[in-house]
Amino acid sequence: MMTCLCDAFFDDVARATHEVLESLGIEVIVPESQTCCGQPAFNGGDWASARQVIRHTLNVFQGDCPIIVPSGSCAAMSFHGALLAHEKETDLPQVQAFGARTWEICDFLRNGLGIESWEGRLDARVAIHSSCHSRGTGTPEAIRTLVGSIAGVTLLDFTQPEQCCGFGGTFSVTFPHISGSMGRLKIDSVRATHPDLLVSGDMSCLMHLNGLAEKQGSPLPVKHAIQVLRDARVTPVTVQ
Amino acid sequence: MSHQQIDQFAHRLDKGVRDSVLGGSAAGTEKRRQVLFGDLPNADSLRALAGRIKQHTLEHLDRYLEAAEERLIDNGAKVHFAWDAASACQQVETLLRERGVRQVTKSKTMVSEEIELNRHLAEKGFDLVETDLGEFIVQLDGDHPSHVVKPIIHKNRSQIAKTFERCGLGDYNDDPETITRRAREYMRRKYLSAEASITGANFVSAESGRLCIVTNEGNSRFGLAGARVHIALVGIEKLVPDDRSLSLMLNLLGRSATGQNLTVYTEFIRGPRQPEAISGPEEMHVIFVNAGRTETLASDCREILRCIRCGACMNVCPVYRQSSGHAYRSVYPGPLGAVLSPLLAGSARFAEFADLPKASSLCGACNEVCPVDIPIPDLLLRLRDRAHREHAPAAFDDAPNLKPWAMLAKSPAAWRMSLRAANMLNIVPLGFLPFGPLGRWTSQRTLPSWRGGRYRQWAAERKKQKNNPS
Ligand code: SF4
Repeated sequence: MMTCLCDAFFDDVARATHEVLESLGIEVIVPESQTCCGQPAFNGGDWASARQVIRHTLNVFQGDCPIIVPSGSCAAMSFHGALLAHEKETDLPQVQAFGARTWEICDFLRNGLGIESWEGRLDARVAIHSSCHSRGTGTPEAIRTLVGSIAGVTLLDFTQPEQCCGFGGTFSVTFPHISGSMGRLKIDSVRATHPDLLVSGDMSCLMHLNGLAEKQGSPLPVKHAIQVLRDARVTPVTVQ
Repeated sequence: MSHQQIDQFAHRLDKGVRDSVLGGSAAGTEKRRQVLFGDLPNADSLRALAGRIKQHTLEHLDRYLEAAEERLIDNGAKVHFAWDAASACQQVETLLRERGVRQVTKSKTMVSEEIELNRHLAEKGFDLVETDLGEFIVQLDGDHPSHVVKPIIHKNRSQIAKTFERCGLGDYNDDPETITRRAREYMRRKYLSAEASITGANFVSAESGRLCIVTNEGNSRFGLAGARVHIALVGIEKLVPDDRSLSLMLNLLGRSATGQNLTVYTEFIRGPRQPEAISGPEEMHVIFVNAGRTETLASDCREILRCIRCGACMNVCPVYRQSSGHAYRSVYPGPLGAVLSPLLAGSARFAEFADLPKASSLCGACNEVCPVDIPIPDLLLRLRDRAHREHAPAAFDDAPNLKPWAMLAKSPAAWRMSLRAANMLNIVPLGFLPFGPLGRWTSQRTLPSWRGGRYRQWAAERKKQKNNPS
């Protein structure tokens, strides 16, 4: 599942996901009819619309292959939000089954495939922003472990890592001041550690943070975790 | 079209207030984390257990409420029930009047804020003083608490010193010890002259009827020591099944609220003064207050009634930190208030508070710190859905209409066309953006360049290559 953001803006993130999976000997299928996980309407309170989009997605991703997403947020939508939206619906079991097959990419590499470390090299000081929707999932630890294991990487700890960046989907436009202030606080704490790269498992957070930073006049060097993994090496490791 | 009310409030907020709130709540979060996990490495499983105990109590509230009533009566207390705010105020007034009481002390109780007891009693000519220092300052200022545990988190000490000066409690002095000493001296006289004392209760054990009251200043004990009559206002959700549950709850409450292993004073009160006791109120009245709780219990957001009012969710909430408690226009601020306030308002007034559940980026930090593991983000989402279904206007201020986007998202051909067309024209298709209108986004941020459909193209070519390796 490529996510609507990567479909529209961040094609290289979807491509990196594709390339990394292929490099591990996995066949990647990209259903043409996919659109979005339904989260915008779900978070916006329009659950009736959200359910229509979720059902479309369910339809597109029939079968039993794992569904891999380069976003902790869209993954959480699939295994948590969609269930909530369907809690009183008769097709809840199908939604549950769909959710159970959905993985955020780094979680999949680390906990699905059991990869413990990543070969390659990247000489960089890296700050990692854990997106809020991956709270309580395997993703934050997976990103830290995999990115942290790349030779040459120094992980940086910034203050108040648990604080939200302020994106929050429609929240970012209906609460522009609060959202902007939240983002600037995050940028300040990240910048204080002087990173070469700010890495996350969600492009939405990075788009918001970099958008704010650019508006302030100095862009942030941001990258999705899967781009970092791809770029660090070309030759695959063997999977246990 | 205007921005959401809470965002406007945050935008206008005085910088000093914002700094106080931000600093106070961030410090609270940090202290909680250190103390809770320092003492109880398995805190997360304890939170889950506490949540289950409270949930169980709520699901059998009829039974536990009856049991508590019976025990309290056995213990010599009188038990009353108040359906709504008006009846709760009236019952307190009647109790005081029948006993010829005019001077009253009151320790911190959030339910009394809900029913606006202070205003009611003042209008009826009673002399009531708040004995919690924070609440006392709020009372002097004619203000409202902006946090459930730290009611004056929005004030700094120079403001407090000015208030004291204005109210004749001494010349301007912002030394915290002086402020506390002056309050203490003032309060002592009140404790001695008041004949009745009003308290809340943090927990009530259905097994023994014990009320558990925690304070850090001992003000509730002082109030009760001098009073003939004790009136406890208790929301019906405050029950726990047994005394044993109290130990778990107390272990979590102090650590979550203020980063203390235990609050300084913890009282257990099961009835009025016993014959062998040397002091204490001769009469004890417990008023169980409904005020919207049964309707909340009947809703699909009943988990919020587990809340033990620790304030950890507001401390950690990035929206609360930016906007302060008063932004929520109700007694309960922060994530707790964003869920509870619209529900307690009842179906008749739900719409008035329907914007509160929108005031969240759904980051989930509140759920992560909640000592009774309330899935606050899920409840916020359910309330958003409800506000949408009920067409509550407050929820729609500035909210993008997601219908066009949803139409597109379930019509893959149109979706793809829109991606490609926009790519060719090098524009961002507005209907495509779930977070539009675009200007709202770009007022604060830049937008990355549009690359709609590029990955699809790449993937299609890659597939071709793989199928016909040349
Ligand atoms: S909702 Fe949870 S965290 Fe918030 S005040 Fe209540 S008990 Fe504390």
